[in-house]
Amino acid sequence: MSPEEKMMKRFALEQQRHHEKKSIYNLNEDEELTHYGQSLADIEKHNDIVDSDSDTEERGALSAELTAAHFGGGAGLLHSKTSQQEGEEGQKPKSRKELIEELIAKSKQEKRERQAQREDALELTEKLDQDWKEIQILLSHKTAKSENKDKKEKPKPDAYDMMVRELGFEMKAQPSSRMKTEEELAREEQERLRRLEAERLRRMLGKDEDENIKKPKHMSADDLNDGFVLDKDDRRLLSYKDGKMIVQEDVQEEQRKEASDAESEEEEGGGSSGEDPEESDGPDGHSDLESNVESEGENEKTKKEQRRTPEKGQTSDEQKARKAARTELPYTFAAPESYEELRSLLSGRSVEEQLLVVERIQKCNHPGLAVGNKAKLEKLFGFLLEYVGDLATDDPPDFRVIDKLVVQLYNLCQMFPESASDSIRFVLRDAMHEMEEMVETKGRATLPGLDVLIYLKITGLLFPTSDFWHPVVTPALVCMSQLLTKCPILSLQDVVKGLFVCCLFLDYVSLSQRFIPELINFLLGILYIATPNKQSQGYTLVHPFRALGKNSELLVVSDKEDVATWPRSSLSLRWAGGLRTPTMTEANHIRLSCLAVGLALLKHCVLMYRSLPSFHAIARPLQALLVEHLADCSHPCELQELCQSIVTEMDSHKQLLQPLTCEKSKPVPLKLFTPQLVKVLEFGRKQGSSKEEQERKRLIHKHKREFKGAVREIRKDNQFLARMQLSEIMERDAERKRKVKQLFNSLATQEGEWKALKRKKFKK
Amino acid sequence: MAGSRGATYKYKVWMRHRYRSCCSRLGELLAHPSFQVKELALSTLMKFVQLEGTCPLEKPKWEGNYLFPRELLRLVVGGLLSPEEDQSLLLSQFREYLEHDDIRYHTMQAAMDAVAQAPDRHPEVPPTFWNNAFLLLSAVSLPHQEPAVTSFYVKRTELSNKWKVAHRKEHRKTFQAMWLGFLKHKLPLSIYKKVLVTMHDTILPHLAQPALMIDFLTGAYDLGGAVSLLALNGLFVLIHEHNLEYPDFYRKLYGLLDPSIFHVKYRARFFHLADLFLSSSHLPAYLVAAFAKRLAHLALTAPPEALLMVLPFVCNLLRRHPACRVLVHRPQGLELDADPYDPAAEDPAKSRALESSLWELQALQRHYHPEVSKAASVINQTLSVPEVSIAPLLELTAYEVFEQDLKRKGPASLPLEFVPARGLLGQPNDLCTQHFTLG
Repeated sequence: MSPEEKMMKRFALEQQRHHEKKSIYNLNEDEELTHYGQSLADIEKHNDIVDSDSDTEERGALSAELTAAHFGGGAGLLHSKTSQQEGEEGQKPKSRKELIEELIAKSKQEKRERQAQREDALELTEKLDQDWKEIQILLSHKTAKSENKDKKEKPKPDAYDMMVRELGFEMKAQPSSRMKTEEELAREEQERLRRLEAERLRRMLGKDEDENIKKPKHMSADDLNDGFVLDKDDRRLLSYKDGKMIVQEDVQEEQRKEASDAESEEEEGGGSSGEDPEESDGPDGHSDLESNVESEGENEKTKKEQRRTPEKGQTSDEQKARKAARTELPYTFAAPESYEELRSLLSGRSVEEQLLVVERIQKCNHPGLAVGNKAKLEKLFGFLLEYVGDLATDDPPDFRVIDKLVVQLYNLCQMFPESASDSIRFVLRDAMHEMEEMVETKGRATLPGLDVLIYLKITGLLFPTSDFWHPVVTPALVCMSQLLTKCPILSLQDVVKGLFVCCLFLDYVSLSQRFIPELINFLLGILYIATPNKQSQGYTLVHPFRALGKNSELLVVSDKEDVATWPRSSLSLRWAGGLRTPTMTEANHIRLSCLAVGLALLKHCVLMYRSLPSFHAIARPLQALLVEHLADCSHPCELQELCQSIVTEMDSHKQLLQPLTCEKSKPVPLKLFTPQLVKVLEFGRKQGSSKEEQERKRLIHKHKREFKGAVREIRKDNQFLARMQLSEIMERDAERKRKVKQLFNSLATQEGEWKALKRKKFKK
Repeated sequence: MAGSRGATYKYKVWMRHRYRSCCSRLGELLAHPSFQVKELALSTLMKFVQLEGTCPLEKPKWEGNYLFPRELLRLVVGGLLSPEEDQSLLLSQFREYLEHDDIRYHTMQAAMDAVAQAPDRHPEVPPTFWNNAFLLLSAVSLPHQEPAVTSFYVKRTELSNKWKVAHRKEHRKTFQAMWLGFLKHKLPLSIYKKVLVTMHDTILPHLAQPALMIDFLTGAYDLGGAVSLLALNGLFVLIHEHNLEYPDFYRKLYGLLDPSIFHVKYRARFFHLADLFLSSSHLPAYLVAAFAKRLAHLALTAPPEALLMVLPFVCNLLRRHPACRVLVHRPQGLELDADPYDPAAEDPAKSRALESSLWELQALQRHYHPEVSKAASVINQTLSVPEVSIAPLLELTAYEVFEQDLKRKGPASLPLEFVPARGLLGQPNDLCTQHFTLG
């Protein structure tokens, strides 16, 4: 085997081994080793660059080698070595060593170039620094102070350095949620409205009441049922710096934000570049489940939006107003403590100023600013409401201010729904009470002033009117029903008011499409007082209207010529307030306008109630009157057309009546008796009884035991006594016996002696 | 002797003249504008009545003869029934004298005469007279039992059973004669109504023969309107307690049902009675069905407080008469083009109510007031057996409904309108905005 072949073989083997090692054992081959989150390779490179001092020495040595390798050197010292090498590798013209050396040389050169570049850059930066310093001194006087401070503490790092570092270590702009496109915004808004609408529908159908009980939230299988909820993922990335663990805490971050000193940035700068864990982990899986929390958050958001939107619309007005008012209006206002205070604040000012005052009161007393502000603003709502009522009753009523104040009321109501509802309920109760009193004393009521009508309108703006039951809206509905049934129509002004109430009523039920008998009656009455001839039948008037009397032709146009000149116009709310006695023509025009509105409302009703099962029963009297109207051709053609269209609407609607059936009720199931199960808590004890029972039993048992014991004792005593008595008797008996024996003995001896004596005698 | 006797006689005659003129003067003073004067005159006259009763001006014709200063009392009554002046205050003063049996008895007699003579004196009897007369007559109230001790205003030393004034029966006779005499006349409508209002509990029980009131009551019942409603009560007492046969009673009751019953003052009374009349289980089904349908029909124009009462009322009718349940439950019914019920038919038998269904209640399920809607929804389920008592609902007023709504506790969080307000007439789709301007 030639050495060349040997070499080839070895090389191949080496390659193979190298390859095998790589693939089989070196598991971490593909992984990048890191230190402080940075690749080790990078760090090495970095070190290479940084440790330039040691590099220079090494470079000298290497360069000598390099020259020897590349240029034959000419240095004798190396010759022997090279000759040796040449002995081995001389045959190969381009050996591996050469390749390596070439590589090394290349890298060295690159390194040198880099070095040179760096030096250049350093020089340039130094120059730039100096220039910058000069410019800075020239430019700014403000930074001088901080510079001085820096100089005292650390003379060397200048402002520019700091700035560079600052910029370098400054948090990279986080990828924030991207700007939403208009479509997305629209979709979001649509989604929100859809959700609110669904909620409203649910309330309208009155399904709320039993579903109000909180639904159980989703529960994980791992839930310990201990009420613990993981609000957010509070895990953080573990990171080290200088061998110490860095605890990234919000506190620290906050401190950093608050601390305006620039130096503190240096220490924590490294840490701050790390991402905010909460932000990235926020939209986690379980946050979706807490829909409540989220929706609340959204609600708040939407509220804010709502609050913002009307303000936007006003900005131009406001700016104008500000310009005008800047000279005279103070910027802060204390919240008024009483209604008089508010009135004195607002009275005598222009519309814009009044608005501005109210707005500033709100801003100065924002509930977030101080503790008592919430109560103050809650009161403000009531005062504003009263003010609105006052404005409405003024002569002439100031609708412009009311119109603007409504927005403020809406905002306040969104902030404090409870107190707002209380104030509105209070004014409604007041109005109703007044009416009730009037009915009791005079037997009839008059339609209340504009203020009550405005309150009712505001109620409809602030609260959802379609709810099946609502604490504010339902009383308001009853109140309107009273206005339409209890108050006789005595003047044109009353007609205008009544029609306004009708409009309000229909607006209230516009979504829920509910049925209002009073309204139909009222419109019937309005039609009736607009017809001159009263022969036909087919309808009956109810309470506020009378078939005969001086007001039974209130809306009949007195002069036919005015019909031609009638300008079709909306009714003015001003007419409902203080109507100055109008001229004949004006009055006739108002009459025609009233009739037009009445007919329009009637058409609305017809369209709305067409689907009701007994629509024909409802519409029959109206139809009779309308036909009468049509017969009378004195009306303007517009009204004639309107009448005609209503009648055709009524006629065209044919409905099939389905006989009523009850819903099938479920059969009542038989009552089932489940056996009563008693847990056996302890064996050998009587179970299934209450505590008292147990106690009683225990006492009985104790009594028994004691009784037995006592009996035993007594028995023992008796036995003892008997024994004692017996022994006593025995003793006594024994004594007696002994004595008797003794006696017998003595007697016997006596006898014996006597006998012996006798015998002796006898013998003798 | 004769002269002196003559002088005493003359003096007595003169004194009696003075007394007469004093009394007539006092009688005139009863019409004095000042109330104090009137009051004083009345009490003085009554004092005279008392004294004259104890010491009669004429001798009793026989032992135990009952004497009473009728003329004097007639003067007082005549003064009280003044055709020009409203004597209501004085009459309330007089009321306390009426507690005595004798005064009451003689007043009734005097009043009867005064009322009977009134049209002769004035061709056109002024309403004030009728008002005064009604007040006086209604002030008379007989005790319900025979009193153990008769209380006399004029003190008597001994009492006799022979006197008419001591018997309650006589009192009742006079009472009846007085009222019948009063009601014979053509009374103003307001008095008519007042009489009818008090008829059942102050007049009818005290009459000797209540059946004599039939003419008056049927006449009133036929008048129609509110008067009919009021006459119902009296008729009911007669029918219920005195076996009055009244043909077409239910037909007329049916005729009374018109949209105004929900708005009149006597609504509670009417429905209370209607409930009584319709409580009999022997009524034919067509009749009850006609009533139920008619009430449902009228309910389409009723205010919420009336609806809260009439809806349970209708449901009660259906509960009482299972044959009428087809009105709310007709499982195999065919679809109809129009309601077979004829609201214009006067006879309930011809109204074809049994062929109809209570679609009106179905419509009222869409009523704006939640309670009404709930009450109307009862018919969706099979009606429960026990009736709902409507007694507490009869007197329900709108104000009470309002207060109830205000007091009811709502859900914890108050729902708010989510469409932001843009101004008083800001929402462009509102009817208010379409038809009204602020200018």
